[in-house]
Amino acid sequence: MRNKISPQNPEKFIFPKTPTGIEGLDEITEGGFPKGRPTLICGSAGCGKTLLSMQFIIKGITEFNEPGVFMSFEEPSNDLALNVKSLGFDLEKLKSEKKLVVDHVRVERSEIEEAGEYDLDGLFIRLGHAIDTIKAKRVVLDTVESLFSGLENQAILRAELRRLFNWLKEKGVTALITGERGEATLTRQGLEEYVSDCVIILDHRVIEQVSTRRMRIVKYRGSTHGTNEYPFLIDENGISVLPITSLKLNNEVSSDVVSTGVPGLDAMFEKGGFYRGSNILISGTAGTAKTTIASYFALEQCRKKERVVYFAFEESPQQLLRNMKSIGIELEKYVKNGSLQIHSSRPSLNGLELHLLTLQKIIREFKPTTIIIDPISNLITVGSEFEVRSMLVRLIDMLKVNNITALFTSLNKQNDTLRPDMAEESVSSLVDTWVTVRDMEGIGERNRGIFIIKSRGMGHSNQVREFVITSSGIKLLEVEVGPNGILTGMARHSNLIDKEVNQLKKENELGRKDREIARKRKVLEANIAALRSEFESVEEELSILKSTEHLESRIKSEKKTSKPAKK
Amino acid sequence: MKKQQPEWQLRLYIAGQTPKSTTALNNIKKYAEEHLKGQYSIEIIDLLVNPQLAEGDQIFAVPTLVRKVPEPIRQIIGDLSNEERVLVGLNIKPLK
Repeated sequence: MRNKISPQNPEKFIFPKTPTGIEGLDEITEGGFPKGRPTLICGSAGCGKTLLSMQFIIKGITEFNEPGVFMSFEEPSNDLALNVKSLGFDLEKLKSEKKLVVDHVRVERSEIEEAGEYDLDGLFIRLGHAIDTIKAKRVVLDTVESLFSGLENQAILRAELRRLFNWLKEKGVTALITGERGEATLTRQGLEEYVSDCVIILDHRVIEQVSTRRMRIVKYRGSTHGTNEYPFLIDENGISVLPITSLKLNNEVSSDVVSTGVPGLDAMFEKGGFYRGSNILISGTAGTAKTTIASYFALEQCRKKERVVYFAFEESPQQLLRNMKSIGIELEKYVKNGSLQIHSSRPSLNGLELHLLTLQKIIREFKPTTIIIDPISNLITVGSEFEVRSMLVRLIDMLKVNNITALFTSLNKQNDTLRPDMAEESVSSLVDTWVTVRDMEGIGERNRGIFIIKSRGMGHSNQVREFVITSSGIKLLEVEVGPNGILTGMARHSNLIDKEVNQLKKENELGRKDREIARKRKVLEANIAALRSEFESVEEELSILKSTEHLESRIKSEKKTSKPAKK
Repeated sequence: MKKQQPEWQLRLYIAGQTPKSTTALNNIKKYAEEHLKGQYSIEIIDLLVNPQLAEGDQIFAVPTLVRKVPEPIRQIIGDLSNEERVLVGLNIKPLK
């Protein structure tokens, strides 16, 4: 293989490493095991040493085209082949392709007699022959310590092992040596004395009946490495390591907004929904419709042709579908057309790590754009709060990297304040948007309210909105403000009735006033008519008077003109 | 029949002509002549020449003496300087 030179920084020295091909392990070792040097893997029985080294060899062949030699001191090669076949590795095929040599070195004390000086040249020759025939780059010695139980002369053995490891270095192969965990030392026979370039400890612990495997890099000469204990898993694909914090929080972000799917809830967010790739927490006490809101979200995403995975830790898929159908959320057709997957399992089925890996695997295979976990709080039954938190950190990291919108629900205990309780705080700082649904109890009834606690990077409503669930789904009710704040339930109802009564009263009052005015107008008009008729009679009288007077004066003047004629 | 298939078939694995392998060869020849005269054969395998043969007899140390016949197969590792252990290992009752 040609040495790779980093294009960004050609001057920078890169410690030569051999990638293991084991998921996550290359991340924490920052590239793999030291190239051309031996690495010690130690751990107690059953913690995965053989598997790890076998995977190292097989991945070397299949992914990096580096042939390998597996020298087993414990298991016959047939058993080995059978053991790893269940993990999907076909040793026979690789052997026939001349990429792999599996050699079982049987050291049986009862069959061996030591008589005088000897050395382990036989082993060297065997190994050397195997390496040379397939031009191996990788070698595993599993578990070289078996020699100690098979041979009496420990002084020779120690000297020879030292020589063996030096010889491996000279050969330029990347070697993996496994060793049993000792009481006071890393390995029972103190192999770490000889192999000191890179030492990795595997550990298998059972805490509260849930087993977790962990791995730690004790030392790694010439290279930086992750120093924490990292959980790892063995499943049907072999080992995968889950770095707790692989992310440096510099993932791409999206400004796309996805709708919440809940009628009315979008309006509570300034931009009308959640950001794509953000994490949403729906918390609330029992029976506050967290699952319903989650299903609404799922439905909305399915409608928008997104791919959705729904992890239900409380209900079976059938039950979930039935229940949601009862309130008008039809998810079934999306399950049928493949845009929605529902995975149900009991949280106690697996350890947390296996849950995480399951999630990881589904995400890798299905490539969803949205995932829903309902509820995350159930996972606390499997691990301590700290463990759950660390698992969620990793999960959220992973989702962020893949720009997957995630909605979690969380069950919390009822308390008096509107603030959520401590159980959620393990997650609260991790999520971007936090919506709480809660019961509002009072005057002999229970009402549901929804409000937004936070929404990173987006303005949001500060109101507690009451909502009801009917056979046609969730309905957010308009805010009803009473004299003592927002009203809900019966209070809202009675307030509404009051309002109606007041309205009626007002209408009646108005009607009455109108009628009164009409009556008054009639009176006024009658009065005007009376006055007018009175005025008219007076006027008539006056005109009669005037005409009488006029007549009289004319008669008088007629008499005057006739008088002088008589004179 | 007896001549073709000696009662004792021994194999000595060595890795080149080292002092240890020479010592081992001399020793086993001596013991065999002493205790198994006429009923043994010794095959010498140099692993530097035939490295592929190491796997078959589960050789990891040199020199190694393997008793192929009579069964069960026994291995004696070392330069065979300790006569008693070689004889015990080969299950030969020393003639006293």
